[in-house]
Amino acid sequence: MSGFRHDLVVVGGGPAGVAGALTAALAGLRVALVDSSARLGGQYFRHSRAAQDAPGGAPELDGFLRRGRALAERADLLLGHRVWHVSREDGGLAVHCVTPDEQPLTVRGARLLIATGAHDRVVPFPGWDLPGVLTAGGAQALLKGSGVLAGRRAVVAGTGPFLLPVAAGLAGAGADVLAVYEAARGLGLARHPVLALGKAGEAAGYALALARHRVPYLTRRAVVAAHGDGALEAVTVARIDAGWNVVDTRVVECDTLAVGHGFVPQIELGVELGCGTRADADGSPVLVVDAAQRTTVPGVWAAGEPTGVGGWRLAEVEGRVAGHAVAAEHRASTRASTRASTGAPAVSGGGHGAPRALLARRRGMRAFAEALQRAYPVAPGWQGWLRDDTLVCRCEEVPVSRVREAQRLGATDARSIKLLARPGMGWCQGRICGYAVSCLAGEEPRPPKRPIAQPITLGALARSTDEPTTPNTPDE
Amino acid sequence: MTEPFTITVDGRQVAVTPGQTIGAALHAAGIRSWRSTRFCGRPRGLFCGIGVCFDCLVSVNGRPAERACLREAAPGDEVTTS
Ligand SMILES: Cc1cc2nc3c(=O)[nH]c(=O)nc-3n(C[C@H](O)[C@H](O)[C@H](O)COP(=O)(O)OP(=O)(O)OC[C@H]3O[C@@H](n4cnc5c(N)ncnc54)[C@H](O)[C@@H]3O)c2cc1C
Ligand code: FES
Repeated sequence: MSGFRHDLVVVGGGPAGVAGALTAALAGLRVALVDSSARLGGQYFRHSRAAQDAPGGAPELDGFLRRGRALAERADLLLGHRVWHVSREDGGLAVHCVTPDEQPLTVRGARLLIATGAHDRVVPFPGWDLPGVLTAGGAQALLKGSGVLAGRRAVVAGTGPFLLPVAAGLAGAGADVLAVYEAARGLGLARHPVLALGKAGEAAGYALALARHRVPYLTRRAVVAAHGDGALEAVTVARIDAGWNVVDTRVVECDTLAVGHGFVPQIELGVELGCGTRADADGSPVLVVDAAQRTTVPGVWAAGEPTGVGGWRLAEVEGRVAGHAVAAEHRASTRASTRASTGAPAVSGGGHGAPRALLARRRGMRAFAEALQRAYPVAPGWQGWLRDDTLVCRCEEVPVSRVREAQRLGATDARSIKLLARPGMGWCQGRICGYAVSCLAGEEPRPPKRPIAQPITLGALARSTDEPTTPNTPDE
Repeated sequence: MTEPFTITVDGRQVAVTPGQTIGAALHAAGIRSWRSTRFCGRPRGLFCGIGVCFDCLVSVNGRPAERACLREAAPGDEVTTS
């Protein structure tokens, strides 16, 4: 038996984290799950308070909510808790949180599952910081979590299959969605890669919804500028070539733009612990995991988007595999310590423990996810959309001209550009501009180094070094 | 708590459906920007919607630098913007 209060601490209450936590809890492990949101769900299963109080909506969400309730009965849920730091401690892991009332709290466990999801990736363009321009996921989160429509006359643009549910959601909730402008190849919706690759049900549903609302889906198009006096009034839409270079343009009036160019997996907690990383097919740094979802650091697992963007179904399968694997290792180590105390010989154990069918599903879904990433690349032509005064970094208000100036002064990589021109030194710590700065520097995005993953007040920081606290387990 | 309630934003009443974030309530009330940037005074409101970009910062009941897109509105919340 480990000397920790929890056998497993999970960070992230989305599809991956809930699946991992529930699988481990059902196997008898003592589990804690931490999420900064007020409700379980993560991005895909983000839902309103009303949906939580009165289930009976979409069957998928109902299924998730049922699993969430099952988890609440078997594990410690720490919702509204932001994890700002993780560290190794006495052979286990210490997960440092800030509670909803800004108090420090440390949750300790023998093992950690990182299921922190991803955030939208948006490449900069003139006017992208005007109010009314939202990330595609941001528009979706507003609708799913709060039931608020991002705007009335909306344009959806960028690249990737995720633009479909966003447009369908906005149109379904009553927005006038003028068009979806997809930068990728001109296949048209009928030959959309998602349909071609066999994820037919889901994409066909969105396609049908778009057709019903007469929303055109136009490929090889991009929003290359946003205009407005204090808020969005119009966008410049360009026909683009395969390299995202502008062929010709026209102006479309709208009050809302939902834009996304893929996702950035949130891997900083793993990076902090020294977990190995690799570049995924879309160029994003992701955590390296083995067949059991184990990272390269003993005791640390990862599932969902941090191991590669692949959507909620894959995230859930990976979470379950991780839960089985953690349980198998827990059993093996419990047996080993019993044996050690009785003097019996040690036997190696701790295989992945997951059902074969689950592993086969994961293999198929990963291949599909990789094909999708390759079908929706970000091409370098977006750099030609920039003007000297286009902000690269929204927090520190660093325009393109200052990045170029730093480069002229001899900054040859993203790190030295950051030191000279300060992009990525503001509140968001480069989460939003990091990808663009790497591209401008002509390098692959590097794993982020953020010793503080979430804001913490100096007071809470000072208190966190005092006597460590742990949550009370109700059944103790 | 299922009845709609209000919060004040710089003294102005804003309606909230329970469970909405402060950012969502502002957006729904037609307030799409509520902060100006430090250097150029550019308007900012919601961008990422999930707590990543820090565009949406407000003060809530005297506590500065709260992300409006994350923080669920509570009855009587006093929100101030900068
Ligand atoms: C804004 C947004 C909206 C999306 N909407 C959809 C959609 O409608 N349909 C769709 O098919 N796909 C959507 N996606 C894609 C989404 O990434 C996946 O489909 C799916 O949600 C991934 O599941 P996950 O479990 O890996 O991560 P997520 O669902 O992202 O869950 C991760 C969880 O970790 C928590 N977390 C992260 N860091 C910390 C920390 N430091 N401390 C505490 N908690 C933390 C987050 O609050 C979150 O709840 C969206 C993505 C984004 C970014
Ligand atoms: S809108 Fe990005 S942090 Fe709130």
